[in-house]
Amino acid sequence: MTMTLAAPQESDPRQAAMAMLRRKRSIALSVPVLVLVYFVYVFFAFDVAGLAGRAKMDNARILMADSYSHKVHITRDARAGRLEYSVEGEAKGRYPEGESPNWVTGGFDDTVIDLGNGHIIRFLPDRRVTYDMPDFGLIEMTRVNDSIETRFEGFAEGDSPDWASVSGNRVAITTPAGRLNVTRSKDEVFRYFFGWELFWFALDSPYHGVSLLALLTGPQIDPARSNLAGAWGDFWNNPMWRHAEVMWAMGETILMAFLGTFGAAIIALPLAFLAARNFAPVLALRFAVRRVFDFLRGVDGLIWTIVLSRAFGPGPLTGALAILVTDTGSFGKSFSEALENVDGKQIEGVQSTGAKPLQRYRFGVIPQVTPILLSQILYYFESNTRSATIIGAITGGGIGLFLTQAIQTQKDWEEVTYYIVLIVLMVMLMDTVSGWLRRRLIKGDGSGH
Amino acid sequence: MADLTAFHQLSTTSDSYLAMTRQKRMYSGLTITLFVIAMIFGFRIVERRSAGGFMDGLPRVFDFPASLVSEAWEKRSNLPGYLVEFFPALVETINIAAVSTLLGAACGLLLSLVSTRGLAPLPRLIPVFRRIMDILRAFPEIVIALVLIFILGGGPVPAMIAIALHTAGALGKLFSEVAENADLKPVEGLQSVGANWWQRMLLGIIPQVAPNYLSYALMRFEINIRASAILGFVGAGGIGYELRNAMTFGTGRFDISAAIFILLFLTIVFFDQVSSYFRNKLVKGTQI
Repeated sequence: MTMTLAAPQESDPRQAAMAMLRRKRSIALSVPVLVLVYFVYVFFAFDVAGLAGRAKMDNARILMADSYSHKVHITRDARAGRLEYSVEGEAKGRYPEGESPNWVTGGFDDTVIDLGNGHIIRFLPDRRVTYDMPDFGLIEMTRVNDSIETRFEGFAEGDSPDWASVSGNRVAITTPAGRLNVTRSKDEVFRYFFGWELFWFALDSPYHGVSLLALLTGPQIDPARSNLAGAWGDFWNNPMWRHAEVMWAMGETILMAFLGTFGAAIIALPLAFLAARNFAPVLALRFAVRRVFDFLRGVDGLIWTIVLSRAFGPGPLTGALAILVTDTGSFGKSFSEALENVDGKQIEGVQSTGAKPLQRYRFGVIPQVTPILLSQILYYFESNTRSATIIGAITGGGIGLFLTQAIQTQKDWEEVTYYIVLIVLMVMLMDTVSGWLRRRLIKGDGSGH
Repeated sequence: MADLTAFHQLSTTSDSYLAMTRQKRMYSGLTITLFVIAMIFGFRIVERRSAGGFMDGLPRVFDFPASLVSEAWEKRSNLPGYLVEFFPALVETINIAAVSTLLGAACGLLLSLVSTRGLAPLPRLIPVFRRIMDILRAFPEIVIALVLIFILGGGPVPAMIAIALHTAGALGKLFSEVAENADLKPVEGLQSVGANWWQRMLLGIIPQVAPNYLSYALMRFEINIRASAILGFVGAGGIGYELRNAMTFGTGRFDISAAIFILLFLTIVFFDQVSSYFRNKLVKGTQI
């Protein structure tokens, strides 16, 4: 422990020990109190109490529901005179002409929508809509002079239960089976399903709804392509999930981290020699190089990203260069520290064979520091994969861009979930690989001596 | 060692040594070639997928800093005012970093104790807690922050939670590496007099590992200041948020950006220095 036992000779050592214990005890008590006081201050500074009012729990519910389920929209558009089925209400998820989900039957004026568990919704002529709800009864919506009139079975005229939001312009009924929206211009039904929609194949792909077994062993579905190649092509170019582009973006993020980290290492290594005490005899130069490193590190990655994006525009190039510049500073500092700790004997040995300075560095220094430097570089590479995600979100490159775009739409939460899963898997993979490589490097270093 | 008395033995030794050297040189040459190819191809891919080319951008690198500096210099009388104006935002950024470091370190401490062999009260759950730390560490802060901003609205709290979660995972791993090397004798001694798990940890382990833990937590604090500035830039409050607003003002208002750059730079350098001073002290203290 950090006790400096320089008790004054004249006093009783027991008293000195007691005094020290008292001091330690007061520190041990005052630290938690100070932390608590600080937390109280932050509680008010961050307005945590007001957070409950600002929090949008509806958003949280949408997010949660969307991240593991999807909904199919059945829309009767009165203006266009059309009945449409689409996944998540997106144009890309629209059912092709003449096709419909098997739980919907009929046409524009006689639609029967079976939400399961006995919940039946009917779209009838004159834009009449009925909802047959088990354990409740029939709900009937009719148009009277362009206003919606709703009658609930067992309720008086104009009365409605609490769970329905009813007005002349708009009726919204949400049940565990689904959701019904009736407005002036359209009647809409959502039915929720577990899982991510159309993750494998879009609706227009011939492989949609085909089981894996049938795909592998069944007859050829598309005469132009073999089942496996066609399925892969349709999956890879799925217009809704854009798997190919997402994978490119992931690769771009890793590439940003790779170029930034290793580029920084290549630039920092020679500079580190200039900053190390035992290699650079000129004090002024050493001082200057070190200040450059401090400056590069101190001007944070965020500022470098902003500055460089002005010159190189949005895209992964800016991100890679921002990582490169920041890490040149970090590497310069840690490399020069590693160089200052090298063993001089090995260099002397090489020198005694008549090696020139460059050869001394190559054979006397580099082999000593390589495992340390490589292990540091790998560690940074791993942590820069995470940084590249963040920088990509700012400068517009890689998976970070996809993530922020998906979050900004505020509805594609299943895509957000997908990207998050991919990012976490990518980071964990990098973590495992770099950890394994670093362990091997350090072990190799230990057995080599 | 090889027996060097006979000449032919010496020659075979030297032959096999040279063969080994050649092989090693070939392998490292191959690795370096592959690496160079990867760098060049990677760079070209990145350049192709970016808006501007590297060679086009290079001469322009200093345009923005130059106009920033010249404008800030022209309007230098404004700078002190801006420094004062944005100081509260800076304090918010530092607060986010400090609170998330404290909370993250507390969670990391607990996670490290329950995931270290010999200390864990439920050894069967060690892999579970390790996995939890891995997952916490793998989440980039921005992911959690953006999702929380959607729910909680902009402000410091989403950033705080996001950084605290990441810190808990990162520090938990470092802490448990330290705890693995802790001496278990005090724990056994405390157990023999009937101490419960909390007492054993508090009196037997924490005093041993405290200097290293504090040193790691300080290092994390440095990192978290940078992280909280970045998260501000995506809408989580603090100096980063002000910086983004200032950048949208564009030419003519660069003096504001310059003031924020100065504040951010000075803060990062200041906390770097303070934390490295204390870390040196802590680490030296343990070596005595």
